[in-house]
Amino acid sequence: MIIQPRASAPDAPGDAPGADLPRLPRRTARERDAAFLFSPWHLILIPIAIAMLIPMVWMLVTSLETLSQTRHFPPELLPHSVRAANYTDVLRQAPFARWFVNTMIVTVVTVAGNLLFCSLAGYAFARIKFFGREVVFILILATLMIPFQVVMIPTFLIVRDLGMINTLGALIVPNLAGAFGIFLLRQFFRTLPVELEEAARIDGASRLGVLFKIVLPLSGPVLATLAVITFLWTWNDFLWPLVTIYTPNNMTLQLGLTTFQGTHQTSTNLLMAANVMSMLPVLLLFFLAQRFFIRGIATTGLKG
Amino acid sequence: MRIRAILESDHLSGWAFASPAVFLIFVFGIVPVIWSALLSFQRTNLLSVPRWIGTANYQALASDPLFRQSVEHSLVYTALFVPLSVAGGLFTAIALNRRIRGVRFYRTAVFVPVILSTIATAIMFLWLLDPNFGLVNYLLSRVGLGPYGFFDSASGALYSIVGMTVWGWIGFDVIIYLAALQGIPPTLVEAAEIDGARTWGMFRNITLPLLGPATLFLVVWSSINALQLFDEVYFITKGGPGTATYVVVYYLFSLAFQQGVAGYAAAIAYVLLIAILSLTLVQLWVGKRLVYYAS
Repeated sequence: MIIQPRASAPDAPGDAPGADLPRLPRRTARERDAAFLFSPWHLILIPIAIAMLIPMVWMLVTSLETLSQTRHFPPELLPHSVRAANYTDVLRQAPFARWFVNTMIVTVVTVAGNLLFCSLAGYAFARIKFFGREVVFILILATLMIPFQVVMIPTFLIVRDLGMINTLGALIVPNLAGAFGIFLLRQFFRTLPVELEEAARIDGASRLGVLFKIVLPLSGPVLATLAVITFLWTWNDFLWPLVTIYTPNNMTLQLGLTTFQGTHQTSTNLLMAANVMSMLPVLLLFFLAQRFFIRGIATTGLKG
Repeated sequence: MRIRAILESDHLSGWAFASPAVFLIFVFGIVPVIWSALLSFQRTNLLSVPRWIGTANYQALASDPLFRQSVEHSLVYTALFVPLSVAGGLFTAIALNRRIRGVRFYRTAVFVPVILSTIATAIMFLWLLDPNFGLVNYLLSRVGLGPYGFFDSASGALYSIVGMTVWGWIGFDVIIYLAALQGIPPTLVEAAEIDGARTWGMFRNITLPLLGPATLFLVVWSSINALQLFDEVYFITKGGPGTATYVVVYYLFSLAFQQGVAGYAAAIAYVLLIAILSLTLVQLWVGKRLVYYAS
């Protein structure tokens, strides 16, 4: 995976977040009313929306069909009966709950680790003048340009020497801190008014106290953005789990899905039900925190 | 007193704050880059003691027909994926950048695929494009076409992957373009309107130049990603049918972790690194000439 830091600093406090859902161009009331009811753009947008939604709707429909319904040509677009038991069948036939818990553990610990370690490091690079700061920061930034495939083989060897192959630790430890998170938080911390922090220092607060009591409480949106992006990347990661995990009990959802697909190739209805379930947490988070997803995706350009 | 001064000095607290993250990035980000370079000059299967063989891996690459094919497929994929996703994203973003009924719904529909995993997307498309029972072949049959094999056909598999990944990525381009469109100052648009600019002229002379930086970013970024294509190939086609969808990272993976030729795979990784860096530099260099930066 490669992350390109964008040139602009992430949202300054109180500023309009540039990467949020864009505000729409202003129009006169009459124009607006007319366009609101019908605009020729609907003729373009409706087909686009259908094309984007059909794969997901078709998956959902299939996940509620019987096996024989899925083996029907022409396909049954509106099945006359609904078979919700596919979902319980999946849970019975594969350690799906286990994969879910594994993925949850890996994701939550990775997100927490990134928030903590990137906050600490980001603050040090933003505010504390220490020996070697510039060199180390540039080195860290340089790692952003390295494709994951270049480090994959030696990282595998390192993780193996640490005895972590085929454990969740292999998925967690190498990803507990990332160059992108440090960069994102450093850029944000530098936009905060330094006077607040200096005043607290004069009042006797420690560096750690300043970070946790003053800086981080002001950094809610940028921390949420980092959390959501780390969540998304960890939840959806495939190549690294594929390399390091080989027993079903230790697999994550993405890896589990591929083994499930291998053994249930012909049970399309079960496969679709499994797929729907694997998406639910990310979809749920997306609809709860759409703002942070959009902002995170726009500032990082990060997917999978 | 002296110890206290050291303990409270910025050097110590700075390193104390930075060291957990710096240590992790050093061990898992910087050491492996160097190690990988060393591996590329060695013969090892990840278990044996590595043997130094000089540039033999790189020389072998030059005459490896499967590597050559993988590079070709990666380049074809990139040459299709990048323009299709960027142009499609631009078009969709412009359509979405207006206040009309249901625009929030359309936007959500376009954004959702971005958050789905490559595997989840691949499972959906395997079914959608199923040669026997797939919805797409059904629709094609209604207009007297098909059935097509899509992922099963040597001639169509790579293009099917292009189509699927464009579907999965287009929302990302739309998000970037929508943010850029928001940044266009309304005064410029109004001035052009007063000067009598028509829709196309406005787009050609105002909108498009101002979207230059976003376009350059998307082209660079999509190219980097396209050259790293792996998940979909591994999951759907395993490089097949035959070798029709062998791409660089799939070949690298199969060498390192299935055939145990890790040194050779590390050489491929380094070729990939250099290819990505040079392509990025060329794109940025060309971009600098073409892109207009407003501020």
